[in-house]
Amino acid sequence: MNLNILLAIPLITLAALFAVSDAGKVRWISFAGMSVQLVASVVLLFAYLAGRHAGVTTPLLFESSMMWYASWNIQYHIGVDGIAVAMILLTSVVMVSGILISWNIQNQVKEFYILLILLGLGAYGFFIANDLFTMFLFFELAVIPKYLLIAIWGSGKKEFNAMKLVLILMFGSSLVLAGIIGTYYQAGLAGNATWDLMTIGSLNIPLHAQQILFPLLFVGFAVLSAMFPFHTWAPDGHSSAPTAGSMFLAGISMKLGGYGCLRVVTYMFPEAARFYSPYIVLLATIGIFYGAFVTLRQKDIKMMNAYSSVSHCGFVLLGIGMLTQTAMTGAVMQMVSHGVMTALFFGVIGMVYERTHTRMSNELGGLLKVMPFIGTCFILAGLTSLGLPGLSGFVAEMTVFVGAWQVNEFFYRAATVMACMSIVVTAVYILRASGFAMMGPVKNPAYNALHDATWNEKLAAVILIVPIILIGSAPFWLSDMVNSSMGNWMTKIITSAH
Amino acid sequence: MNVIELISVFAPEVWLSAMLVILLLVKIFSEGVNRTNVLFVISFFFIAAATATLVLKPQGSLFGGMFVVNSLIGIEKAILLLATFFISLIAFEWLRTFRNYIEFYLLLICILLGMFIMISAGHFLSFYLGLEMATIPLAALSAFDVEKSRSGEAGMKLILSSAFSSGILLMGISFMYGTCGSLYFDDVRAAFTGSTIQLAGFAFLLTGFAFKISIVPFHLWTADVYEGSPVAVTAFLSVVSKGAAVFIFLSALYNVFGSISGTWVYLLAILSVATMVLGNLFAIRQQNIKRFLAFSSITQAGYILIGIASGTIQGTASVVYFILVYLFSNLAAFTVVGVISEKTGKEDISDYNGLYKTNPRLSLVMMLALFSLAGIPPTAGFFGKWFLLASGISNGMFTLIIIASLNLVISLYYYLRVVKAMFVDVNDTPLKSIHAGFPARLGLVICSAAIILTGFFSFVYQYIYSFSNGLQ
Repeated sequence: MNLNILLAIPLITLAALFAVSDAGKVRWISFAGMSVQLVASVVLLFAYLAGRHAGVTTPLLFESSMMWYASWNIQYHIGVDGIAVAMILLTSVVMVSGILISWNIQNQVKEFYILLILLGLGAYGFFIANDLFTMFLFFELAVIPKYLLIAIWGSGKKEFNAMKLVLILMFGSSLVLAGIIGTYYQAGLAGNATWDLMTIGSLNIPLHAQQILFPLLFVGFAVLSAMFPFHTWAPDGHSSAPTAGSMFLAGISMKLGGYGCLRVVTYMFPEAARFYSPYIVLLATIGIFYGAFVTLRQKDIKMMNAYSSVSHCGFVLLGIGMLTQTAMTGAVMQMVSHGVMTALFFGVIGMVYERTHTRMSNELGGLLKVMPFIGTCFILAGLTSLGLPGLSGFVAEMTVFVGAWQVNEFFYRAATVMACMSIVVTAVYILRASGFAMMGPVKNPAYNALHDATWNEKLAAVILIVPIILIGSAPFWLSDMVNSSMGNWMTKIITSAH
Repeated sequence: MNVIELISVFAPEVWLSAMLVILLLVKIFSEGVNRTNVLFVISFFFIAAATATLVLKPQGSLFGGMFVVNSLIGIEKAILLLATFFISLIAFEWLRTFRNYIEFYLLLICILLGMFIMISAGHFLSFYLGLEMATIPLAALSAFDVEKSRSGEAGMKLILSSAFSSGILLMGISFMYGTCGSLYFDDVRAAFTGSTIQLAGFAFLLTGFAFKISIVPFHLWTADVYEGSPVAVTAFLSVVSKGAAVFIFLSALYNVFGSISGTWVYLLAILSVATMVLGNLFAIRQQNIKRFLAFSSITQAGYILIGIASGTIQGTASVVYFILVYLFSNLAAFTVVGVISEKTGKEDISDYNGLYKTNPRLSLVMMLALFSLAGIPPTAGFFGKWFLLASGISNGMFTLIIIASLNLVISLYYYLRVVKAMFVDVNDTPLKSIHAGFPARLGLVICSAAIILTGFFSFVYQYIYSFSNGLQ
C-alpha cells in the first residue's frame, strides 16, 4: 500500500472544498473525504497485519524514500510500524466523528472544515514521516490552524485562550526545532549527517550530547501532551474550543506529543531516556495526581474532561518513562484509548451544551431520561475514563501499571502506586458528574422539550464507541501489533540499562 | 578586452543604463505617451532582465579586477531584478496618477545599477562607488511623495544616517588601505594579519554594513524611514536594499576577512541575538502596519546573520535562498498594504479588523505572507528559516539556535496579531471591498504561488547551492 494515499485523500478533499461554496456540499464533501480516509486507514491496518503475518520483519512497512533536498540529505522518507498504524486509525476515527459533530456549524462553514482537515493532514503526515524534517513540517501544520479554529468558532475567552494555546504549543515546537537541528549536528559528528530517524537511532551519539538534546526534544513534544508544568494550555484551550476542535486537540494533537516522545525521542536517545527516566516518571505522576485532583473541583463538565485529559495523558508519559516494553505498549494503548474516549466525551458534552446552553454539572440533571442516547454515550465515555473492565480505558491503564510494576526500584514502585490511586479520584469525579448531569430528576422543566441526538451525532458517537468496545473486549489485536513493533528497538533501551 | 566581452560580463548593467537613457528620452518626448503602457513596459523590462541574467549567466572580471561576476552574483542580481519587478507592480496604481512617474523609475534604476556594481565589486573603491550610487537616490526616493511631510522627513533621516554610516565605512576602508597598501579584495585578504588597527578597520566596516542591513544597535533609522516613505519605496528598502547589502556583506566577510572568521563568528552571533530579540520586542507594540513590517524585517535580519555566521557553502546558499523567499513573502505583504493604503489611505493594524469579511482574497494572501515570514509550514518561509538555522549549527553554537527558535515563538505572536485582526476581530465599519488593479493582482498571484511552491520544489535551493561557495 502506498502511504501517500493518506496524504492525497485529505489534499483532494481540501482542493474540492476550495472549489465549492455551498455549506451543504462542504459538509458532504468533507464527510465523504474523511470516510474514504477511514476506509483507507482500515485497509492499512489489515495490510499491515497481513504483511507481518507473512513474515516481514523490517521495522517499517510500506516504506518509500525520495531525496528531497540533496545538499542537506533531507529525504521524504515515509513508512509505518504498528504504533503509527494505531495512531493513523485513531486520527481517522476522530476526524470522521469530528466532521459529523460539526454538522450544525452555521457561520463560515467552508473555512471551518478546511482548517479541520488541514489539522488532520498535519497529523497523518506526522505519523507516516520518518525523516525529522518532514516530520516537523507536518507537526507544525497540525498546530497553527488551531488558533483560527478556536479564535473564530470558539466560546468564552476564545481569543486569549487561542493565543495562549498556540504560543505554548509553539514554544514546545521551537524546542523540538532546536533539538532536531542539534540532533542533525550530532549525527554529523557521529559520521552520518542525516535527518533520518532510523539511521540516527543506529548511530552512537555520545551520552553527554544526548543529555542535552533529549530534554529539549522530550519537553518540546511533551508540551503537546500536556505534561506538568506545561499543561495550562489544555484546560483553557479545550474550554474555548468548538466541539470538533476539542476532539482533535485532545484526541489527536495530544497524541502527537506522546508519539513524538516515544517513537522519536526515546528511540533516538535511549541512553539519555534511561538517564532522565526518574524525572519523566516524577513529572508524569505529578501530572496524573494534580490533574485528577483539579478535576475534582470542576463544575464545568468540559473543564472537567479537559483536566482529566491532563491526568490521563500522564499515564502515557508514565508508561514511556518506565522504559519497559509492556509499559510502553501500554502508553500507546492509552494514547489510542484516551483518544477515542475523550473525543466521545467532548462530542457528547458538545451535544449537551448545544441543547441546554450550560455546561455546569449542577444545572444539568436527569438528561438520561429526556435524551437516552446522549445520556448513554456520556455514561459510557465516563466509564471508559474511569477504567471499567471491558472498555478500552481499563486495558490501556492496566497494561501501563503492569509494565510499570516490572521496574523493581522503590521510586518507580511508589510512582506506580500513586498513579494507581488516582483512579479512585477519577471514579469520584466521573460518577459525580454522571450522577449530577444524567441521573436524578429533570432539574429544569425546559429540558423536557429537548430532543435526542440527530443522525449525524448518533453516527459520530457510534464510530467512536466501536473502537472503545473493540479494544476493551479484544485488546490483543492492538497490543500485539504495538508490542511487536516495540520489540525491535526496545533492545537498545534494555541494553542501555545500568 | 573587447567590446563583446565587456557587454557580456557587464550585461545587466548595460541593460539598466540603456533603460535609463530611454527613460530620459521618454521624459523629454512624453507628450501624448500612454502612461499605462510605459509603466507596463518598464515593469516587464525588469522581469525580462531577471530572466536574461539567469539564462546568460554573465561571468568574468572587468576593469582590472574591480568588477567581478560569477554565477552566484548573477543569481543575486536576478533576485534583485525580480524584486524590483514586484515593486513596480506595487507602485503601478500610485504612479499612474503621480506627476513625476518617470523620475521614480530613473531613481529606481539608478539605485539598482549602484547595487549591481556594489555586489560585483572586487575592490573597495568600486564597492564604495556602487554603495553611494545606490544610497543617495534612495534617499530621494524616500522623500518622493513630496506632498507629505513625513515622506520628506523619511528622506532626511535616511540621507543623514546613510551619510553617517558611509563615513564610518570609509574610515574602515582607509584603515585597510593604510595597513594593506591596496584596496583589491584579494590584496587585502593576503595582507590581512589581524593587527589591532586592521581589526579596528574591520569593526568600522562591519558597523557600516550593519547600518545598511539595519542590525541592532544600528537599526534606529529603520522604522521612521519605513513609516514615512511611500509603500513601494518601503518595500524596496526592506527587500532590495537589504538584500543587496546582505549579498555584499556575505562576500566581503567570506572573501576578504575569512582569516579572522573565529572573531566575527561570535560577533555576528551576538549581533544576531540582539537583532532578533529587540526587533521582536519592538514589533509587538507597533500599531502602524509599515512600522510593524519594519521591525519584522529587522528581526529577519537577525536570522540572516545566523546563516552568514556559519561560513559554509550551506550558509551562503541558505542566505541567498532566504532572501529569495523573504522577497516573495515581504513583497506580498507590502502589495496588500499598498493596495489598501492606495484605495483607503489606512495604514494601521486596527484598520485591518474584519478585513476578511469584505476582502477575503487580500486577507488570505496577507495571512500567507505573514505565516511565511513567521516560518510556518508549508510556506517557503519555513524552509528558509530551517536552512538558516541548520546551517548556523555548523559552528556548534547550539545556544544561538535555541535562542533563535524561541524567538520564532515571539515573532509568531505578533504575526498572529495581524491575522487575528483580519480574521477574528469584529468591526462595525470594516474597510470597504477593494478592487485591486491588474498589476497588484498579478504580483499577489505570483508571490502567493511562490510562497506555497518554492519550498516543495528543491531545485531552487539546489540551483543556488550549486553555485555557492563558503569561507575562503
